[in-house]
Amino acid sequence: MPAVSFQSVSKTYPTPKGPFQALDGVSLDIEEGEFFGLLGPNGAGKTTLISILAGLARATSGRVLVQGSDVQADYAAARRKLGVVPQELVFDPFFNVREALRIQSGYFGVKHNEAWIDELLESLGLADKATANMRQLSGGMKRRVLVAQALVHKPPIIVLDEPTAGVDVELRQTLWHFIARLNKQGHTVLLTTHYLEEAEALCGRIAMLKGGRVVALSSTSELLKTATSNVLQFKTDVALPASIAPLARVTGRIVQLPAQDAHEIERHLAALREAGIATEDVEIRRADLEDVFLQVMGAPQ
Amino acid sequence: MTGWQTLLYKEVLRFSKVGFQTVAAPVLSAVLYLLIFGHVLEDHVKVYGRLSYTAFLVPGLVMMSVLQNAFANSSSSLIQSKIMGNLVFVLLTPLSHWAWFLAYVGSSVARGLIVGLGVFSVTLAWARPEFAAPLWILAFALLGAALLGTLGVIAGLWADKFDQMAAFQNFLIMPMTMLSGVFYSIQSLPPFWQRVSHLNPFFYMIDGFRYGFFGQSDASPWLSLAIVGTAWLAVSALAVHLLRTGYKIRN
Repeated sequence: MPAVSFQSVSKTYPTPKGPFQALDGVSLDIEEGEFFGLLGPNGAGKTTLISILAGLARATSGRVLVQGSDVQADYAAARRKLGVVPQELVFDPFFNVREALRIQSGYFGVKHNEAWIDELLESLGLADKATANMRQLSGGMKRRVLVAQALVHKPPIIVLDEPTAGVDVELRQTLWHFIARLNKQGHTVLLTTHYLEEAEALCGRIAMLKGGRVVALSSTSELLKTATSNVLQFKTDVALPASIAPLARVTGRIVQLPAQDAHEIERHLAALREAGIATEDVEIRRADLEDVFLQVMGAPQ
Repeated sequence: MTGWQTLLYKEVLRFSKVGFQTVAAPVLSAVLYLLIFGHVLEDHVKVYGRLSYTAFLVPGLVMMSVLQNAFANSSSSLIQSKIMGNLVFVLLTPLSHWAWFLAYVGSSVARGLIVGLGVFSVTLAWARPEFAAPLWILAFALLGAALLGTLGVIAGLWADKFDQMAAFQNFLIMPMTMLSGVFYSIQSLPPFWQRVSHLNPFFYMIDGFRYGFFGQSDASPWLSLAIVGTAWLAVSALAVHLLRTGYKIRN
């Protein structure tokens, strides 16, 4: 039985300009113990999919099962198995950190949870903030509390919706260290993120969403193999010749050109030489997940 | 504590932490009403032919405070959580719609009764109370607080902005309480306005509550009980339906 099973999930929102289809028949299974990544540009439907899983929204059609429990018909059982870290940095200003965690435990009917709450505070670097009011915490600290709140009832499945958006390096390290440890202990992890290097480093399998549809679903290593295998990268101040300009990905001074093999790299270099373009810091590197992502997202449907 | 008890505890903790605003302030307002209206009208008005105006006014003011604070509790908690986004912490839990209903209405009843008791205690300095039928006092206090707490749940779910909430409170709840006979016996009104008052459910809450103190009222307490009880069941059915379907909170 999969940890999470999305079955032909569609979602249509009414808008003033007519109905908007946020999800269009999404089907995918996440197996027990997986570290699964859900990638896609803004508006691809990632958060809508997570919201339907968490019971914050209802699918227009299709269904979602959490370890066999339907998120609508059997919502209480499904929600007990899920620990969801919301994307928005929300908090309850009336309580301090420990109160918030005790109350959250109580909602799930978990009693005598102090030992686990202490462990969460320790692991997330919140031990010295336990009695601080939520309002006094920095953004990064609030994010840590959100993670702790999602884990108070020791859910087998952890869902993180862009947990590292706008957080500093230290928190990312703390967070990923902790989540990776939970994953090793057998927790299933579902992650959405914009940081592709994070997804490449952490996720065993990845689904890419575009316009509400799954456009790629494979293990991370398989996905990397599908990419054009190499990239020629250099810096320049002048415009590229017309023959290679459409192929290039330009970020400021940095130019990246995908290439299948040594011959293609030679052709790129020849084009640059003929155009008399001065280049600096030239390197050839292997394609990464960002290259795959751009290739998949750029492909016509 | 089980899940719904935790939510009830959290809601009570929420208003307790801002007790000056949620308990002390309404007690002060009610006492100001008593001082001003009592001072102006004490020598001119006798109600039911025997009661001083201040003695008559006290139960009305107590009930008005119970009702307004019960409504304010659930409605402001829900709209604040919706706008702040922290309602998500409750939405993600396995709590059923019944658990939500019990916790939000229960905490509203608690706040209504605490404020009512506070107003009553302070007014002891001005009027010695009668307790003709104490069970009626308890029944109407509980039922009135529950009815307004439930209305607060509906308003809190419906409103998207503080502005809409203020409209609900100022154009519906306030006039209906003010015109329900808190400050006068409706027997003093012209016949047309007496009939209009009988259409206001708030009238029966205040009138029945007052019956518990004086053993006299404008309408029979049984009729008042039936009307207020039916009204509570009707708004409860609506509130539970909205919570079950996740009206405006689960889409």
